[in-house]
Amino acid sequence: MSKLAYVREKEIPQSAPPITEVGIIKWLRENLFSSWLNSILTVLSLYFIFILLKDFIPWAYGAHWTTGSIRECYDVNPDVACFSVLTARWKQLLFGFYPPEEYWRPTLTFFLLILSIIPILFTRFVRFFWFSLLYPGLAIWLLWGGSIWSVAIIYFGLGLGFLSFLIMDSRLIRSASISLLAACLITVLFFMFLASFSAEMLSSLIPIYLPYVESLKFGGFTLSLIVGVTGIVASFPLGIVLALGRQSDLPLVKMICVGFIEFIRGVPLITLLFVASVLLNYFLPPGSNFDIVLRVIIMVTLFSAAYMAEVIRGGLAGLPVGQHEASAALGLTYWQSQRLIIMPQALKISIPGIVNTFIGLFKDTTLVSIISLMDPVGLASLIRADTKWNGIYWELYIAVGLMFFIFCFGMSQYSQYLERKLKTDN
Amino acid sequence: MSSVDFPVEKFRFGMLLSDTRYRSTSLQVITFIFFVAGVFWLVDNTVKNLALLDKDVSFSFLWMRAGYDINQRLIPYTNDSTHATAALVGILNTLLVAFVGCILATIIGVFVGILRLSKNWIIAKLMSVYIEGFRNVPLLLWIVMVFALLTEFTPQPRAFKGENPDASMIIFESIAVTNRGTYLPNPQWGAGSIWLILVFLVSLLGIIIFRRYAKNIQKNTGRNLPVLWVSLGIFFVPTILFYFILGSPVTLEYPYLKGFNFKDGVHIRNSFIALTLALAFYTSAFIGEIVRSGIMAISKGQTEAAAALGMRPNKIMSLIILPQALRVIVPPMISQYLNLTKNSSLAIAVGYMDVRGTLGGITLNQTGREMESMVLLMGFYLTVSLLISSIINYFNRSFQLVGK
Repeated sequence: MSKLAYVREKEIPQSAPPITEVGIIKWLRENLFSSWLNSILTVLSLYFIFILLKDFIPWAYGAHWTTGSIRECYDVNPDVACFSVLTARWKQLLFGFYPPEEYWRPTLTFFLLILSIIPILFTRFVRFFWFSLLYPGLAIWLLWGGSIWSVAIIYFGLGLGFLSFLIMDSRLIRSASISLLAACLITVLFFMFLASFSAEMLSSLIPIYLPYVESLKFGGFTLSLIVGVTGIVASFPLGIVLALGRQSDLPLVKMICVGFIEFIRGVPLITLLFVASVLLNYFLPPGSNFDIVLRVIIMVTLFSAAYMAEVIRGGLAGLPVGQHEASAALGLTYWQSQRLIIMPQALKISIPGIVNTFIGLFKDTTLVSIISLMDPVGLASLIRADTKWNGIYWELYIAVGLMFFIFCFGMSQYSQYLERKLKTDN
Repeated sequence: MSSVDFPVEKFRFGMLLSDTRYRSTSLQVITFIFFVAGVFWLVDNTVKNLALLDKDVSFSFLWMRAGYDINQRLIPYTNDSTHATAALVGILNTLLVAFVGCILATIIGVFVGILRLSKNWIIAKLMSVYIEGFRNVPLLLWIVMVFALLTEFTPQPRAFKGENPDASMIIFESIAVTNRGTYLPNPQWGAGSIWLILVFLVSLLGIIIFRRYAKNIQKNTGRNLPVLWVSLGIFFVPTILFYFILGSPVTLEYPYLKGFNFKDGVHIRNSFIALTLALAFYTSAFIGEIVRSGIMAISKGQTEAAAALGMRPNKIMSLIILPQALRVIVPPMISQYLNLTKNSSLAIAVGYMDVRGTLGGITLNQTGREMESMVLLMGFYLTVSLLISSIINYFNRSFQLVGK
């Protein structure tokens, strides 16, 4: 019998995969050189990165940090960065014209800010939420100074109103709307008649105060953070109210909300800031003249509240109508269903939009430099006007841009974390 | 049968808030009272303040002599013109920046958005860096940075002088980039150029007709005509042919150095270039994200189904993916245009005279008419934004998926 077929009896030992299919070469082939076009693009972008870095790295690496002026920088080596301007002026970039001996106050406020937002950002620490509530008053006192009692009395008055509402609602009247009215009345009466008197009395009895610092001294990142953080905190609830108002069945409420939102969204922020700086005095009682920083905060808040309202409205519209109907069928009242069913879901959908609005607001704080408040961008021009540093561009702009980038990029990363955490569908 | 009388509840005052029959009306009445009181308070304060300052509200200042110069303008204007003309110059300048900026931003943004989806790792990462960089740094900073780049790192006009100049004009000695702005060749419309324009318009019409014809053929027979090449042919060939037949009616007037500055040619100021470029880069980062998410929103099944039908990748993109993605992309893109228009009010940072710089800046300061100027300024921006949002609404209505 001749052999008809060849049958292999032993398994061939496994050979290694071809060199082009493993490790870094495979990755390079798939990701960088998968086709002719891709290879060309890769080479082009590598070349582009090369030209950028070729000039930038020596420029930044050999930089001067300790010279006294831009002249000295140029005398030593004109081709490298002159970061000495940051060494000389970093305190001004951070604090503006805040009195140097009081620098600890904004610094402390900033660290307390981090502490106070931890309970809000991470649910694990929610038991420290009382500190977040306490923080705004503390921050106002630390930044502006004055007697601690004027802030404490405000907190006392608000607490009094809240407590009286709770007691009346559960024990005495049992009608939420009427007890709310009564509680508001009590609070207003307290502030009208008792507040200033008791604040003065307490201040004279137990004097705890910090030197007063006026708003025009604020500047640098302190100012950006004050305007940005206050705007963010205040515009969020206002935005929710406006969004609900826009969805309301009451035609008049709806009309006012739509008018407000569309008006604010239709004009640039800078015109609103000009209104704050030149026109607002026309609209207030004659002789009243209130703080420019506060005016700016109010305008920035109103501005981003309108955008926030639109974002939240998008979230509300994204909810299936069955959610409204189901909560109504369970017998929940309007506010109960908003609080327990609708808002948590609507807010979850709109997280990316909300955080984008926050980032936009924080970036928009730079516009205050146009109405001559000294935010980092304004300070950069101011420092460049100094003869010692005249001619500096990139060093300052890079520093300011980097600070903003860190904050904004951090916020957008947090929003992505939050989206992943709250994701419930598969 | 006895009828049951429902107990008729007597009206109590508390029912205004607790009874759903009355609540909405009473809430609205309360809102109305507060609203009217608020408006009255504001108006009353304003009237009192104006009386204190001995001012009135009048728009007659618009027809007074402006008395200031505007260096970049699209319509004739001298400092003897009225404030109204100055405002109009500003409005046109704003619209010019917005128009050029939107076109640039769209082109860059679409590129960036598509390239960010590229399978090429390094390209995708570069585009992410571009987008995150521009989105997370304030626009105002970008505007001053681009302006600094243009004014500090470009040669002075006198650097072009001499036998061996330090700088030279680019693209066939036709464009001069200097720290005082960029000088472009100025087209001179000679006799017969009207015919050239006419030919060009007719060939544009020809392209539209041809595309319609090709689409019909494709619908009826499935045969594809080479639309792109024929369109390009119609676009270029007749116009170029007639250009030579008519004996070159349009000539270019090149900028040239005279003394310490360039003469002739079109002078585009650095303030305009910096503002437009910064706005376009900044907005393109947002548009890129919109384009990317729009393309990603189209489910993969669409691509696969089209591939199963035997379509080629570029046909899948142009016939299946893009028409669906555009529905998602266009509305937020238009609202980015609106943002760009509003952001152009940052022109003041580089000294470009837009409407905020003329009407809301110098005119306001010279005449002291804060109230009137701000009202007009806000009115202008509101008009633009309402126009744009009505375009969005129109688009949404006409391209909505018809639900069942």
